[in-house]
Amino acid sequence: MEKDQIRDKDIQYVIGNLLRYGVWIALGVAALGGLIYLFRHDQEIVHYGSFVEQDINIFVLIREMFQDVSKGKGESVILLGIMLLFLTPILRIIFSLIAFLFEKDYLYVGITLIVIGIICFSVFFGFAH
Amino acid sequence: MTVLTFTIIMFFGAYSAGFVGSLTGLGGGVIIIPLLTVLLGVDIHYAIGTALVSVIATSSGSAAAYVKEGITNMRLGMFLEIATTAGAVAGALLASVAPTHFIAILFGCTLIFSAINSLRKKEEHNVKTSSSLATILKLPNSYPTSIGMMPYGTKNVIGGFSMMGLAGVLSGLLGIGSGAFKVIAMDNIMKIPFKVSTTTSNFMMGVTATASAVIYLQKGYIEPGICMPVVIGVLLGAMTGAKILVKANPKKLRMFFAVIIIGLALNMIYNGIVGNI
Repeated sequence: MEKDQIRDKDIQYVIGNLLRYGVWIALGVAALGGLIYLFRHDQEIVHYGSFVEQDINIFVLIREMFQDVSKGKGESVILLGIMLLFLTPILRIIFSLIAFLFEKDYLYVGITLIVIGIICFSVFFGFAH
Repeated sequence: MTVLTFTIIMFFGAYSAGFVGSLTGLGGGVIIIPLLTVLLGVDIHYAIGTALVSVIATSSGSAAAYVKEGITNMRLGMFLEIATTAGAVAGALLASVAPTHFIAILFGCTLIFSAINSLRKKEEHNVKTSSSLATILKLPNSYPTSIGMMPYGTKNVIGGFSMMGLAGVLSGLLGIGSGAFKVIAMDNIMKIPFKVSTTTSNFMMGVTATASAVIYLQKGYIEPGICMPVVIGVLLGAMTGAKILVKANPKKLRMFFAVIIIGLALNMIYNGIVGNI
């Protein structure tokens, strides 16, 4: 029991740091992208009043994002920051999965895998309908 | 409006939203939606996408501290995330087929409910016994208090799980963290101490929001130009709010903001009914 407690403390420490630095790195990237974007487009007129629904596969989206990031497009750098923000909770789950595996808590390994499965479902089927 | 003007207005708007959100305990995301739609005329789909991204930022940021202190019940969070992520995916898929005025009205009602709920008196309760399902799932735990580690029991797992499913649907449909519903599920239904409920709710928000954000992303709800000033503004505002909360418990301020938020919510409901949104 005592050993479990110590392990739980370590896990809490790592997950706490993961969440904190993940958010700051993501926002740092988004802020950098924001500056590039503002520098280039500051006098353009915004059109956010009307919305056009898209249906783009996330993998296409990520590929396009990296292509545009390499061209130095501000909007894509912001998007990269947003993607890193999404990655933070996903990394947290993967880390929990590893931690539960180490603790040999197979009930929670299963529970974590179900949550990962649901997120994968939304990654793969979110656009197709 | 030019990009520069819009960005500056949004940044300060989001800063205030984050500040008020953290003082009232409602969260910044929920206030950003009426700000974007009612005051700046942004389409509700973009508003929902932006709000959800800021929910991920603020909840992960504050969850970090609570996890380290050992208040958050990570097993409980993980188990209930099955319900919230499944609900969130369903909600996000619903968001693209539901008529916008319906979303606006539902959002207004949820906001009013959350605002009134935030004024409710919170009592720290603690049950000693647990239901057998809770014991099998290893949900009962202990948390640090001023008099040392305090063990607590857990009741009605199925009831709490169902309520979490609803919280997830609302989160995916409206782009909010739905903290109020998550806390009701744990605090009122499962009888988990209030402090553990709020911190675990916060801990779960990032994963729940990401499950539906991935769908939003593919449908074009997430517009980088709007997200950038909003996410940064909300996070900084929430941090300022949290600093003030530590110093005092501004009861009158909370009441004042709750009234303003209810006003905004009524405005959204009205606009939804007459078809302006």
